[in-house]
Amino acid sequence: MRDVLKIGKYEFNSRFILGSGKYNTKLIKSAIEDAEAEIITMSLRRINTDCDNILDYIPENIKILPNTSGARNSDEALRIALLARELSGADMIKIEVIKDSKYLLPDNYETTLAVEKLANEGFIALPYMYPDLNFARDMKNAGAQAIMPLASPIGTNKGLSTKEFIKILIEEIDLPIIVDAGIGKPHQAAEAMELGVDAIMANTAIATSGDINLMAKAFKHAIIAGRLAYLAKMGEVKDTAQASSPLTGFLE
Amino acid sequence: MINEIEKYFPDMEVINSDIEEKIHSALDKANFEKYTKEDVIKALNKETLDIDDFCALLSNPAKDLIEEIAKRAKKERERYFGKNVYFFTPLYISNYCENQCVYCGFNCKNNIKRAKLGFDEIEKELIEIKKSGLEEILILTGESRTKSDVQYIGQSIQLAKKYFKNIGIEIYPLNTDEYNYLHKMGADYVTVFQETYDKTTYEKKHLKGHKRIYPYRLNSQERAILGGIRGVAFGALLGLFDYKKDTLATACHMYYLQKKYPHAEISVSIPRLRPTVIDNSINPNEVKELELLQIMCAYRIFMPFINMTISTRERADFRNNAVQIAATKISAGVSTGIGEHTKKEKDGDNQFEIADSRSVDEIYKTLENLGMQPIMNDYIYVG
Ligand code: SF4
Repeated sequence: MRDVLKIGKYEFNSRFILGSGKYNTKLIKSAIEDAEAEIITMSLRRINTDCDNILDYIPENIKILPNTSGARNSDEALRIALLARELSGADMIKIEVIKDSKYLLPDNYETTLAVEKLANEGFIALPYMYPDLNFARDMKNAGAQAIMPLASPIGTNKGLSTKEFIKILIEEIDLPIIVDAGIGKPHQAAEAMELGVDAIMANTAIATSGDINLMAKAFKHAIIAGRLAYLAKMGEVKDTAQASSPLTGFLE
Repeated sequence: MINEIEKYFPDMEVINSDIEEKIHSALDKANFEKYTKEDVIKALNKETLDIDDFCALLSNPAKDLIEEIAKRAKKERERYFGKNVYFFTPLYISNYCENQCVYCGFNCKNNIKRAKLGFDEIEKELIEIKKSGLEEILILTGESRTKSDVQYIGQSIQLAKKYFKNIGIEIYPLNTDEYNYLHKMGADYVTVFQETYDKTTYEKKHLKGHKRIYPYRLNSQERAILGGIRGVAFGALLGLFDYKKDTLATACHMYYLQKKYPHAEISVSIPRLRPTVIDNSINPNEVKELELLQIMCAYRIFMPFINMTISTRERADFRNNAVQIAATKISAGVSTGIGEHTKKEKDGDNQFEIADSRSVDEIYKTLENLGMQPIMNDYIYVG
């Protein structure tokens, strides 16, 4: 059975999205290979360089997902997205609107506005957001093609602190849900996938591990394991469909 | 009674700010003698540190725990910045100065070679620096509103924008509208060192000029943010006064300003006094390398998200290590004289001696071999 991840018009076999912002650039290529990732995110700010550009280290078949980091409002996000398209040809953009330099938490309101602006410009917009159902709906209505809720504050490696809210998004939002920040250990990635998240994005956890290649592999396997468990559960006979009705069998 | 150093000049804008008050109330409460090793360990075991914990990390008993402190700092640094080290270089375009800071070679009473670069000379310097691969530049002047006026600086920024992606300025403090003008010209980062937060010392060390007005200088960063500037940098010149208190004050300055303006990017430098032409009697060893690293780590653990610059005043090996533990920014290919990038004979004298004169290439390669990722630019101007 082929189990593909569909985002907009694109299809991917891998459900592991690699972040790129914290590595030694030269290690990126082998990390991508070990992770078997097909999408890599990078900040437009980082591609905005003439020297040792990270883009030069990304294999051609890998989809670049530029993010709008540095944007503090929706207009800045749009400006950065347009520049990203110019610089890298990317049409799929991870929207990041942050106006808090301490916790780096996304601003859901400005992000929603940004989704609308980018979608109008023809981008496949993937908003990074704090997992709030109402905002996720608004973002979907504004044209988002996937929702990227955070699991924990970025870089904290704390895993699924927002689990209950992400579960609601999985249940209610009819778009790929990609858990974006805070996943620090492979088992946390597996847990999220098991819940029914569609993909995982990880950066700090791998970039700062003792062995980048081993950790990339560990995440790859964890994500696959979680996905398989999720698919297996889907096949389970649900409680509601059980034949015997010990409590209500007396009804005539 | 208002002290002389608090009397604003007529051209100085007054903003409504409570930051100074907050800094000084924290300073009044501080007592670095009360901390024990246990306090330091307790601070290190906390996830988020408060100002009291920060003081514990600066205390004398903490010196024995420097290895543990460095470990925690490195962890925080990696969490926020990974392996990235940001490169930049300063460009001194004028060394005219109307202030009289007793510790500085540029001061107006000091008989040094003065120069101000013309725009064609600036452009030549920019082109020369650009060859090294750098993409971030910090434009510096001495503090003379008449010799290097705001327009001159604005036009220099515009020129720099032709060659560089990220432009910062370290010039005399400005009013909000002037910061806004320089922001529109293309600068997004403003550095103003308070030098010391002890008013008595401040008064003694800053004898003349605009700089003598303590609160106007202290509110520079806030005016810059109000003027639309993205990031602001802070620093006390360690060795002028009790370094622990000045470090605490700097931390409070950053902490309260970030709280008030959460979007602002915060940056810190940790300069220590070095001998200058004028004054060889200052003892640069009050803050030795141990204390310097301790201070850097304390900042990193207390405010893990801030940028931290390690100066060329420090020797190469210290810098190589500091950027792996606490610092995130390093200057390279530095010359503190005027016109030194393009001419063998510089036009104007240097502000201070540097201890690490390595080229961009050398530092780049060294850091790469240490597993770090040198980064020339991680910024985009969005207006
Ligand atoms: S420290 Fe700055 S303001 Fe003071 S004399 Fe030197 S250049 Fe002028």
